[in-house]
Formats: sequence, structure tokens, C-alpha cells
Amino acid sequence: MAPAAIISEVFYVIIGIIFILVGVKALKDPNAQKKGTTVAFWFILAFTFICGYWLPKWLTGLAIVAMAVITGIKGVVQSASDVPDPKVVRERADAIGYKIFIPSLVLALGAVLLTTLGAKIPAMNWMNGNNSICVSAVFGMIAVLALTKAAPKYAVTDGTRLMDNVGPTGILPQLLTALGSLFTAAGVGQVIAGGVAKVVPEGNKLIACAIYCIAMAVFTIIMGNGFAAFSVITVGIGIPFLIAQGANPVVVGALGLTAGYCGTLCTPMAANFNIMPAALLEVKNKYSIIKSQVPVAICLLCIHIVLMYVFAF
Amino acid sequence: MEIVKLIGVVIVVIGFALKFDTIATVVLAGLVTGLVAGMTPLEILNTLGTTFVSGRSSTLFVLTLPVIGICERYGLKEKAIDFIRSIKNASTGGVILIYQAIRTLSAAFSLRLGGHAQFVRPVVVPMAEGAAISKYGELSDAMSDEIRGASAGAENYGNFFAQNCFMGSSGTLLIVNTLVEQGHDVTVAQIAKWSVPIAVISVLAGAVRCLLIDKKLAKMADAERSDK
Repeated sequence: MAPAAIISEVFYVIIGIIFILVGVKALKDPNAQKKGTTVAFWFILAFTFICGYWLPKWLTGLAIVAMAVITGIKGVVQSASDVPDPKVVRERADAIGYKIFIPSLVLALGAVLLTTLGAKIPAMNWMNGNNSICVSAVFGMIAVLALTKAAPKYAVTDGTRLMDNVGPTGILPQLLTALGSLFTAAGVGQVIAGGVAKVVPEGNKLIACAIYCIAMAVFTIIMGNGFAAFSVITVGIGIPFLIAQGANPVVVGALGLTAGYCGTLCTPMAANFNIMPAALLEVKNKYSIIKSQVPVAICLLCIHIVLMYVFAF
Repeated sequence: MEIVKLIGVVIVVIGFALKFDTIATVVLAGLVTGLVAGMTPLEILNTLGTTFVSGRSSTLFVLTLPVIGICERYGLKEKAIDFIRSIKNASTGGVILIYQAIRTLSAAFSLRLGGHAQFVRPVVVPMAEGAAISKYGELSDAMSDEIRGASAGAENYGNFFAQNCFMGSSGTLLIVNTLVEQGHDVTVAQIAKWSVPIAVISVLAGAVRCLLIDKKLAKMADAERSDK
């Protein structure tokens, strides 16, 4: 096992422990609803993070099915959290002042600095993008404890409070990757691309640009993943209907993927961008982000089609 | 009967449209697609489990939650509102647009400055809402949703449309690998260069959007007042 992978595993164990603690929070809450299934969900999830790498993968597959059954019967409910009193928070804000932004900056800038160091110093090559995020979270924690003099137990209190807030939706991005791999194994992409290829009129370059860009967006909307859409739609439509007709592959490729991202802006399947943040931001309507993005996405998709037509030929 | 393989796509579309539980819908779609394609149950579970374990990095945001949670307990949101109140001239749309511009630049240089958990929730939303509160007083749920949706949008536009300007981004590498494998010689530098126009245009589109948001909020605040 490479050093980078070992360090990642350590942090996946820490994430697993956070999941366990969310379950323990529900366990300790005398008024918690659906306690059994809620606790089961968080413990099973923790199991996949801590043990998943070491055990046969079908066990994690089975755990996923079990978690889906639990969320399917709406078995996961938030338990009571220790929510800070607004008055106390106001007093503390006045005492600490703008320095309270320092830990957030450590989180963000620390990751940048660490990734840069990892890329430059051979002895630190284990510091890839993911590990930089993890290590900067440790520095962020040190900074916030030093700054606020808060008891370390609040790392658990507030970490589990926010995690419970995000809820099971937090793992959706990960599940969608798994769905994508099953779609690929089953050859779903070829079937759709073949169908579209039958109805594309040959020779009209503007229509070909429009169909490629729109197909990228629509496929991304369905799959929630622009990368998966790009490989399927570029091979199925972009190359035969644009590049083979003389279009510049650089322009088609560069604009093709971002045309797909216009679809990402419109789909609940892109949960880590549109649904999970909605939970994190505590909006009343969980589609608020998508609603806000759709007009921009449609406008940008039209611009993509025009740019591709003008610059690719 | 190739077309029957699309049943998973149909399940996802129907499941999301009818607002069934998202996790159950996705897992069901995966299981049915695998079965229809002739995979054994063990193969399906293995495929699911393998990608889920290798995809754990999508869930790294969990590690930032304890830090953000304690910051909130010690007045992060309050100070953000204080800050925006000290700048009298920045409107809600202005705050969101400034964030989108910063996010676009950081994505183009592959700096991980943004993120819904690290930046939008603790900094941008309190600042954008602070601007609206100082202008209109108490915000209705609908106004708050409008602002939060737009703030998350600014993060997404900056992230999506500028990341390929960086030569080492995974999107840029995917484009190059796909085209080269199909026999078309392109380089990462070329793809990065041709990703710049849409990054610039996305910020311009964001500017128009932010102007419209300020107008919409004023209208919503008026409607609230006349209701009372």
C-alpha cells in the first residue's frame, strides 16, 4: 500500500468514527424517533468506511442495499442536537471578533498550500489533493480550538450536529459513481447513443453542434455525471457528426464537457452540487439551488452551441 | 432487446420525478440494470461495493464539519453579518458576484478556495443574507431560499466552467484521453486554452443573474410588506 493510500485510509476511519458518533447521538436521545433504523444506518455506513477496503467488496455492496432499504422506508430521522444559544453566540462573536474567520481560512488556504508543497517536494508526494483536504482539516481544528478555547468535546458535538443536518444525502455522490459503473458494465451508453445517431440529419453543421451539446447536457442530467456523458456522447455523436465532418477536435472537446456541465446545473442526480448543499445550507425547498441555476444553464448552453459552430469550423 | 437495458435510466427518472427516496431509487436502478444485463447478484454487489469504497473521497467534506460547527458556535455567522453591514454599498447580488469571480479565478488556478461546506455556508450565505437583512429587515423563507440558491449557484458556476482552464484538472485530462484514444491528437495546453472563453462568459452571465436577483428580492420584500 502506498503512503498516500495509507493516510487516506486513516482519514476514512476518522470519517467512519464521526458516522458512529451520529448514531450514538441518536442512541442517547430519549426522544429520538425511529431510533433502531437510524442507529443501524449510521453504523452500517461507518462499517463501509472503516472496513470496506479490507473486506470482500460484495459485503459493502450488501451494506449499500441495507442502507437503501432503511432510507427507502424513511427510517433515518435527525436526533436532538446541542444547538448553541443565539445570545451566547452573539456575546462570543463580540469577544472574538473577525479572528473567527481564521479557522475557515486555514481549511481553505491550508489545502492549497499543502497540495502545492506535495507537488513540489518529492518527500511529500503523498500529499495529493484529497490528503491535503484531510490534513488542512486537522490544522483547522487546531486553529479553532486554540482560538476559541472551546473544550475539544465540541468537535464531536458540532461535527455530529452538522453531519446529522446533512443526513443520508451526504453519501449520494458516492452512490452515483457506483450506479455509473453498473450502467457502464451493462452497456447503457451504447444503446442511447445508437438511438440518437439514427435521427441526426447528416450535413447540417449547426444542427450537429446543437445535438451534440444538448445530448451532453441531457445525458448529464440523466446520469448526474458529466464525465460519463462525455465519453459516451463524444464517441457516439461528437466524433462521427462533428469531428469527422471537419470540426476542430480541440474546440469540440473543450466545449463538449462544459456543455455537459450546463446539464449538471439542472439535475438532482448531481447531488453533491445541487442536493447535498441544499441540505447543508438548510433551504426550505431542496430544489432551490437547481431552480436558481436553470435559467443560467439554458443561456450558457445556447452560447456553447454558437461558440462551437463559430470556432470549430 | 437492447432497449430493455434502459430500465435503470427510467427508474432513476421516475424515482427522482416522483420524489421517492433518492438513495433507494439509485440503488434499485443499479440492481435492476445489472440483473437485466445478465450480471449475477454477486457480480452486482461486487461492482457496487468496489466503486463505493474507491469513491469514499467524495465524502471527505465530513472532516471539515467539526471545524465549521465550532466556528458557528463562536459567532462566525454573526461576524459575517457585522462585516457586510460595515460595507454599506455591497448588495446581495454584489456579494454573490464577487464570490463567483473569486471562485472562478481559484478554479482556473486549481486552488481549492471554495466549496459548499467550507465557504458558501460559513461565509457567502451569511454575507449575502446580511446585505439583504440590512436593506429589507427580516427575510421571508422564500427570500432566504432565493439567496441561498443563488449563492450555491455562484459556487457551481465558478467551479464547473473554470476548472478546465487548469492543465492538470481531471476534466481536461479526460477530454484529452478520450480524443487521443479515438485518434485525434490534442494536448492539455490546447484544451485548457479553449476552456478560457466559456469561463469568462460564465462570469458575465453571473453578473446579469446577480442584477436580476437584487431586483427580484426588492419585489419580494415589497410583496411581504403589502401583505402585512
